[in-house]
Amino acid sequence: MDLNTIWFILVTILFIGFFFLEGFDYGVGILMPFLSKEDNERRAVINTIGPHWDGNEVWMITAGGALFAAFPHVYATLFSGFYLALVLMLAALILRGLAFEYRSLRDDPVWRNRWDWAIFTGSLVPALLWGVTVGNLMRGFAIDADMNYWGGLFPLLNTYSLLAGFVFVALFTAHGANFLALKLEGDLAERAKKFGFQAWIVATVLAVLFLIWTFFETNIMAQGLIPALLAAVALLLAGWYAKSGKDGLAFIMTSLTIVFTTIMVFAGLFPRILISSIDAAYTLNIYNASASPYSLKVMTIVAAIFVPVVLVYQIWTYKVFSGRIKADPETLIY
Amino acid sequence: MNPLSLARWQFAVVTIYHFFYVPLTLGLAIFIAIIETKYVRTGDEMYKKMAKFWGKIFLINFAIGVVTGIVQEFQFGMNWSEYSRFMGDIFGAPLAIEALLAFYMESTFIGLWVFGWDKLTKKQHLAAAWMVAIGSNLSALWILIANSFMQNPVGYTIDPETGRVLMSDFAALVFNPNVMIQFPHVLTSGVALAGFVVMAFSAWHLLRKHEVTFFLRSFRMAAFYALVGSVLVGTIGHFQGQYLVEQQPMKMAVSEAHWNTEDPASLSLFTIGNWEQTEDVFSIRIPALLSFMTYNRPYGEIKGINELQEEFEQTYGPGDYVPPVALNYWSFRTMIGAGGAMILLAFLGVLWSKDGKFDGKKELYLKAMVYAAALPYLAVSTGWILTETGRWPWIVYGLQKIEDAVSPNVPAWNVAFSLAIMTVIYTIFTIVAYKLAIKYGTGEIEVSH
Repeated sequence: MDLNTIWFILVTILFIGFFFLEGFDYGVGILMPFLSKEDNERRAVINTIGPHWDGNEVWMITAGGALFAAFPHVYATLFSGFYLALVLMLAALILRGLAFEYRSLRDDPVWRNRWDWAIFTGSLVPALLWGVTVGNLMRGFAIDADMNYWGGLFPLLNTYSLLAGFVFVALFTAHGANFLALKLEGDLAERAKKFGFQAWIVATVLAVLFLIWTFFETNIMAQGLIPALLAAVALLLAGWYAKSGKDGLAFIMTSLTIVFTTIMVFAGLFPRILISSIDAAYTLNIYNASASPYSLKVMTIVAAIFVPVVLVYQIWTYKVFSGRIKADPETLIY
Repeated sequence: MNPLSLARWQFAVVTIYHFFYVPLTLGLAIFIAIIETKYVRTGDEMYKKMAKFWGKIFLINFAIGVVTGIVQEFQFGMNWSEYSRFMGDIFGAPLAIEALLAFYMESTFIGLWVFGWDKLTKKQHLAAAWMVAIGSNLSALWILIANSFMQNPVGYTIDPETGRVLMSDFAALVFNPNVMIQFPHVLTSGVALAGFVVMAFSAWHLLRKHEVTFFLRSFRMAAFYALVGSVLVGTIGHFQGQYLVEQQPMKMAVSEAHWNTEDPASLSLFTIGNWEQTEDVFSIRIPALLSFMTYNRPYGEIKGINELQEEFEQTYGPGDYVPPVALNYWSFRTMIGAGGAMILLAFLGVLWSKDGKFDGKKELYLKAMVYAAALPYLAVSTGWILTETGRWPWIVYGLQKIEDAVSPNVPAWNVAFSLAIMTVIYTIFTIVAYKLAIKYGTGEIEVSH
């Protein structure tokens, strides 16, 4: 296996980590305003991801950094081409990050309510836009001979990619609800499950539509069929387990749905990364878009050392904060 | 305005705003880790209260530093795609390492620090504090390794086919002489800035005789901390100046409004130049001082702007190679003036906080210290303006010009839109963060949450 392939796999892993972890973070953010109007309960919901959201978000930042290091042309083409979408996403992420930290700093219902909507918007918009982006990656977009995309935002908001965006939102919401079912107690957990099941129904209907459309619209299924089927099975099982009260298994199943969906996308693309809809010759792949062999070698050594270290301390963090969170003002950390 | 100017404005706005928050994160993280170390060693509860109190200010600042940092990482691809293609082989690596090594570390352990007071042992919690401090400063190191290549390209070859930069020596990149000066300069500026912020809030409380023991201890520690920081940042800055004369002589020449090559070269105290940036309209100069500052002896040739312009034209072809002189000249003077005042004020702080009696002129000093926190902010902002605009017209010194680096496919209205959004958001949230910091910094030392 050459270094280019290794880096393609590593980027895939980073996106898997990002979508799996931020998936439930975004889901929690989307659900939060609807689960309760009561301040302590909202705080409890936020605290389920309180110690983790920042570390989880670094998966996205590292995925971006890894793209830059390993496939600089992909980074340049994608980020300049999807300019306005990224501006909106960055604005949303700024709102969301500040909301988690600033919400509790004033004891004022109006202040807190504003930040709650910032958390909602800041979670919904990136979930949607990442879905739209993935949809466009699968479908291809108008990259020219100089590796540039000139079309602007509106061609990217095609129905197929928007559907991918809605799948992401619904799936992440269900995933977040399954996470909350494990982290909260009593009534609050029950409400999360109720919303989660509704989100699961929407996600399943949209995902089936999306898979069928993908079959006709793209050639992703040529290599991505097996992970696609596994994702579908996991999604169905997620609903089954949620309904039968097996919360842990339900969470594992939405996690696997996200993992296999991401594998489907990247396996289907390989060795391409950004498909040109103008001419297959303009497609960016793991060779024509990559950094030099020397640079890749350096980065491989660095990644081999530090990725395991990161995994160890992030998993440790989840162990430290394992256990359910009570919506009790005595024990809640603000 | 064309997309290039808009993209440059956007870079300036988001970067200067981002660097409002970064140095406080760098310096305060270490300060808090030191306080918590004292707590673990002595068991004195006041240190724990101090760590939590200053931790609140840290978190308000850290949050906005983090979210504005995401923009920093994405904007190279968004606004400077040609730069990203040209430099991807060099620039992507340190950026990815920064994320892998530093961002994970600081953002994971800050979660442990905030939520872990009752879940971790004292020592584990202290370790989390140090991991945040090390992580954030490592992040500064790696982004400065990336920036240093733009100042002083090393360890590279040019791809004969594509004309792009290829990494040939990673160690050379990491141990770039520019890193060896720039990183300590940034690190110690963060130390100084954090010291001044802690002194400002402490002075506010001391003036009101509020929690005197707590804030006197904070003030005194911060005064030492700020003194060490400002003396070091000045000393390193001096060597940085000497290094610049060799490495980027034009940047140094414009910072000094040094028009023509002289031996010995005079140092300008106050200069108004002509519009064309070629000569003085009015100037006060001390003979031979610039040579002395540079070579530690009262003679030695220092090249002037006009000669350097000619040299650049001979090497790189016709064009304008003179950065904005007035901007650099006054930024340089503001930075150094603020830095000098900081050394003095921190020294007085160490001297006068000994017995804790701030009466007479010392009370006036305390009042001044509430506002003196503006000085390091002024210094770090003007410092970066100097570092980045003094490299004009190069984005990568000698290798790529700014005008060749911008994304060709992002239309002006897109950049105008993002510039407007980012300016508004950053301004609003800077005000919000400032008000929150004031609220907690002037509040009670023990708050329930």
